[in-house]
Amino acid sequence: MTALAQQASADKAHIKLRGITMAYDDFIIQRDLSFDINHEDIFIIMGGSGCGKSTLLKLLIGLKTPATGDIEYDDINFWQSTQEEQTRIKQRFGVLFQSGALWSSMTLAENVALSIEEYTDLTAKQINEVVSYKLALVGLAGYEDFYPSEISGGMQKRAGLARAMALDPEILFFDEPSAGLDPISARRLDELILELRDSLKTTVVVVTHELASIFEIGNNSVFLDVETKTMIATGNPNKLRADCPEAKVREFLNRGVK
Amino acid sequence: MTLSSNEHWSLSINPEDSAALIIVPGGDWRLKNSLPDTDSIRAYLNEHPDQQSLTFNSQLITHWDTGFCTFLISVIELSKTSGIKTDLSGLPEGVRRLLALATAVPEVKDTGRKPQSAGSLEKIGQFVIDLLRGMPEALHFLGEATLAFIQFLKGKAQYRRSDFFLIIQDVGPRALPIVTLISFLVGLILAYMGAVQLQQFGAQIFIADLVGIGMVREMAALMTGIIMAGRSGAAFAAQLGTMQVNEEIDALKTLGISPMEHLVLPRMLALIMMVPLLTLYGSIVGMIAGLIIAVTAFEVTAFEYYNQTLRALDMRHVLVGLSKASVYGVLIAYSGCLRGMQCGRSASAVGEATTSAVVTSIVLIVIAASVLTVIFQSLGI
Repeated sequence: MTALAQQASADKAHIKLRGITMAYDDFIIQRDLSFDINHEDIFIIMGGSGCGKSTLLKLLIGLKTPATGDIEYDDINFWQSTQEEQTRIKQRFGVLFQSGALWSSMTLAENVALSIEEYTDLTAKQINEVVSYKLALVGLAGYEDFYPSEISGGMQKRAGLARAMALDPEILFFDEPSAGLDPISARRLDELILELRDSLKTTVVVVTHELASIFEIGNNSVFLDVETKTMIATGNPNKLRADCPEAKVREFLNRGVK
Repeated sequence: MTLSSNEHWSLSINPEDSAALIIVPGGDWRLKNSLPDTDSIRAYLNEHPDQQSLTFNSQLITHWDTGFCTFLISVIELSKTSGIKTDLSGLPEGVRRLLALATAVPEVKDTGRKPQSAGSLEKIGQFVIDLLRGMPEALHFLGEATLAFIQFLKGKAQYRRSDFFLIIQDVGPRALPIVTLISFLVGLILAYMGAVQLQQFGAQIFIADLVGIGMVREMAALMTGIIMAGRSGAAFAAQLGTMQVNEEIDALKTLGISPMEHLVLPRMLALIMMVPLLTLYGSIVGMIAGLIIAVTAFEVTAFEYYNQTLRALDMRHVLVGLSKASVYGVLIAYSGCLRGMQCGRSASAVGEATTSAVVTSIVLIVIAASVLTVIFQSLGI
């Protein structure tokens, strides 16, 4: 690949949404969502409670079908792909669910190892090493043989992150990563997200309304409005705070101060 | 003019016959004092349709709580619908702030929720519609389960061997005590019921035929099926339902791992393998119960009983019983897993899924038992 072509591929959007409408049966949550998530973005999905942030995340990770519109990952249209192609695309994702969603019948090590066992040909010893390394990255070294119910909520979340990172995903999705974490753990998680982006060139999509995190890590964002049921702003949250034409967005980013 | 009152509170308006209505509540306006509704004000407004504005004078109020606020909200609603301007400035400071808070976020109108109450006809209709809607879903699940099974036959299914063996352990050996108990008692009942009749002809020895054929062909499979529906079918529904609530199934899907292969397949395989084995075991226990009754109460020797049983039973009966057991195993696993995977995202949904799994599997088992019996009889097996 020439340097020029490399440049072009880096400029291309990693995830592209066009005219997405999300609905549960007849009840429309959001309509006309069109935005790009670029390579190595830390992309924030924000908005008030009930605006459909988590639903949008479900859509992005292929758990929910959009009512209308297209989602493309590196120019491959997800919902027009075959099942095998969809599975291949999904294997490039890592997802940290809001509650951690660890498999409760497996130990932390087994949780992290499952996808590695499924999708690689590593030996048991190599897998153990990878698992210990991933758990160490999130500060859970030594907890391999614990069951999810035996550790605290914050630790479950970190274990969930270790599992999400197991296959070195291209895109990491976070659903409210700092919810339920103490300020220091939340801060550590933010640093970890930045580190992952910088060292592994991961694209990160975060659903959050934690303002501190939004400004600390976000370099691109979309704001979903609950009243008009569509996106009313997109761009760098630090810029949006100062000069977004929408008063609602400025109010949100300034913690209710207009 | 006083509109209404009791020993705690009063509600009056003044001045009368003016276009500017002042509402004067007085006394203790707390929920415990059976507060008035707005009917009297509505009646007054109907009699005096020329009202222009509505204000409050709350100097006589001694106590108030939520009851006062909800009353005021209805009054404000009322004046809005009658096109009267409302001025809240005469209310206590705290009340005004609470009302402002309550009206700050407009009520959501188009949430897509239908009204909860429905007539009985509508409920019946809804029930039938839900039933019909459930059909394709159940068929879809059956298809996916079949595909997963084909993957398994090809040796490509993604599931963990260790999970599979744990489930086998759980639905097989751990069910032995209860299967023993129930089969023993059913064998005992069969033997007694038959023996009393047979004794009249001096044909007690045929207890062996009755218990042997009855247990092997029919009862052992049926009882094991019903036990396993209550035991393992319910457990499967609860396990999968809880995983649904905890987003664990979503987590599997996002890894591209099929929950059908990873969760449903090992459960189905385990039950399909274990129910026939338990049935076989149950038949033997039932026959032992028959033997004990025959020997102790009806003067048949153990050797006679053994010989008569061997004469009565042949491989045909055993195969009929086992094939029924396999069908029940499939049905239990299918209903348990189906209801678990369909489970909603709340604690009560898990309860419903479990109940529905047991009910579905028992209904299916009984239907299958009748159909299979008719088929086997008409084939002369």
